[in-house]
Amino acid sequence: MSHTMTDQRPTTDPPVPGSVFTHRRMPRWAPAAIAVIAVALGVAIGLAFDLSSHVQWGLIALALFVLGTYVTTALLEDRRQAKDRVATSLVWACFVLAVVPLYSLVETTFAKGVKDLDGRFLTHSMAGVLATDEGGGVYHAIIGTLEQVGLASLIAVPIGVLTAIYLVEYGRGKLALAVTFFVDVMTGIPSIVSGLFILAFWILVLGFSYSGFAGSLALVILMIPVVVRSTEEMLKLVPNELREASLALGVPKWRTILKVVLPTALGGITTGIMLAVARIAGETAPVLLLVFGNPMINNDPFNGAQSSLPFYIYEQYLLGTDQAYSRAWSAALVLIAFVMILNLVARGIARWKAPKTGR
Amino acid sequence: MGIPVEKTSPAPPAGQGARPVTRLGDRVFSGLSRGSGILLLVIMAAIAAFLAVRAVSAISADHGNFLTTFEWNANATPPVFGIAVLLYGTLVSSVIAMVIAVPIAVGIALFMTHYAPRKLGGVLAWIIDLLAAVPSIVYGLWGALFLVPHLGGLTSWLDTYFGWTVVLDQSNPGTAPRNLFTVGILLAIMILPIITNVSREVIRQVPQAHEEAALALGATRWETIRMAVLPFARSGIISASMLGLGRALGETMAVATVLSSSDVLSAHLLDPGGGTFAANIAAHFGEATELGRDALIASGLVLFAITLVVNGAARLIIARRKEYSGANA
Repeated sequence: MSHTMTDQRPTTDPPVPGSVFTHRRMPRWAPAAIAVIAVALGVAIGLAFDLSSHVQWGLIALALFVLGTYVTTALLEDRRQAKDRVATSLVWACFVLAVVPLYSLVETTFAKGVKDLDGRFLTHSMAGVLATDEGGGVYHAIIGTLEQVGLASLIAVPIGVLTAIYLVEYGRGKLALAVTFFVDVMTGIPSIVSGLFILAFWILVLGFSYSGFAGSLALVILMIPVVVRSTEEMLKLVPNELREASLALGVPKWRTILKVVLPTALGGITTGIMLAVARIAGETAPVLLLVFGNPMINNDPFNGAQSSLPFYIYEQYLLGTDQAYSRAWSAALVLIAFVMILNLVARGIARWKAPKTGR
Repeated sequence: MGIPVEKTSPAPPAGQGARPVTRLGDRVFSGLSRGSGILLLVIMAAIAAFLAVRAVSAISADHGNFLTTFEWNANATPPVFGIAVLLYGTLVSSVIAMVIAVPIAVGIALFMTHYAPRKLGGVLAWIIDLLAAVPSIVYGLWGALFLVPHLGGLTSWLDTYFGWTVVLDQSNPGTAPRNLFTVGILLAIMILPIITNVSREVIRQVPQAHEEAALALGATRWETIRMAVLPFARSGIISASMLGLGRALGETMAVATVLSSSDVLSAHLLDPGGGTFAANIAAHFGEATELGRDALIASGLVLFAITLVVNGAARLIIARRKEYSGANA
């Protein structure tokens, strides 16, 4: 919407006699000049008072910039313009603040994680590796994550997609309202609570033991609402004319849904599912409570303890040695890469298979 | 990703009036889909029920007051545990996160809708989505090994110049900032994406005519935002913040890695110590006995109830707003 906004500011005041700024407008380079001065002062103050944290330098520079902008504009233009400019610089500051943590996080993870990340790290487990040893790997954790997430998806995707179909194609009345509301509320269930529920239900009451599958059950609870939400949005985008055409040809409703509605929305649904997978792949808390952790390779998700990538990171972090930290960073890099690739591919599919309507 | 803010259901299913012959396939399929809807409700009910059953048995065995006891010694005989410290820590860290994240998130949303050049706005939306995709354990690792050492300067600076506020006073200057304040900052980064995304959707719905009217009256861009955009978007932003709050309340790993937890309930936010529900569960689960696990489940039930209320309220506000904006469109 910004493109429709005019940049012309109301300048009805007469030009100030003797001012070089005939329309009481600051020159275009003024904000940049103030920024440069503010940064220079910030660095100078930081050096002079020997402030250790560079964040403080930045904050001082930012404060000086906002103050400088306000004073200069208030003097050269008027109060209202000054407020406007301050708001603009604050909004830009918010933008910078959003980028800084992500950059720092990715940069740190990459810098610390890449040096141990090699073929050996990806193909070995932690069997027999002590906290202070170099080496060890994430193979067992990758296996665990893939199996747990795969099982969780196998259960959650059909339930989620069917629920979305119910909400869009069938649902009316109180039941549909209740389901919509609780899907929303379910989105907000803390992951540790879903872990506790499976612990109480599956392990304490039904008496099963810790396993990868118990972890996937908790992931199912976290995954269903995400799948329902995104599938629902996609089904709503399918034009009604398609449904009507199919029904008018005498096709039963269930075949209409399976053969017309779902294929039309398939790209979007796939995207939603992949984003949901990316989300649960990074969940630590339920896994922590339910799969128990295991330094050795266990290919069977139904029997015995397993590990998983997020669990592995936490475990290595708790060990607290330099070697373990290094392994944690490398595993974090593997996990981030996995999640980011899923995200990028999902968005690629979304763009490639974008529904014909709604854009 | 999809948070339903807009769209007034464009697809009411066809064929309401004329009832088609119900075929077997139809009945099976609609039964299946209704069944999964019902299953969802059953799961929610089961979560509450199972947690409640275990919680009751734990609380009845508690030799302290469950609500006011500070320490968490569920494995001891007699077991004494309470949620006072956890409740305090959870609320305080979440409030800090909200105070930091909400203004910034609204700023970013405004930046994307009103200030940024189109392309930059697109790139920023992408960056925000990536922020949302980073797993919480990675935030935790980064927070503990990068943020904590780097916040030392800020912490001691706050202690030196704002120590008189008591809240920002450090009892032992120079200790590593594994405190609720750092947790709050980390949580703020983590809940930024959801608040930004929901706020942006709401701000996008502000009728163009309102903004044009304000501009035509000679308002500056900021005055337009303050007088036309923000009032319209206020309730949406409030519910976006509450969704963020729900996230912050239940976050586990980032707190478990950063905070050095203890049984201390302290007003000094910069002192290490305290705890949150989720982190306490993660930390104590390993060595918990049977009763210990039930005690943790009891604390989980409290957390579940809190997030349920917060999220439910947020959704209700959004739902009410949807009708309102529909009438305006």
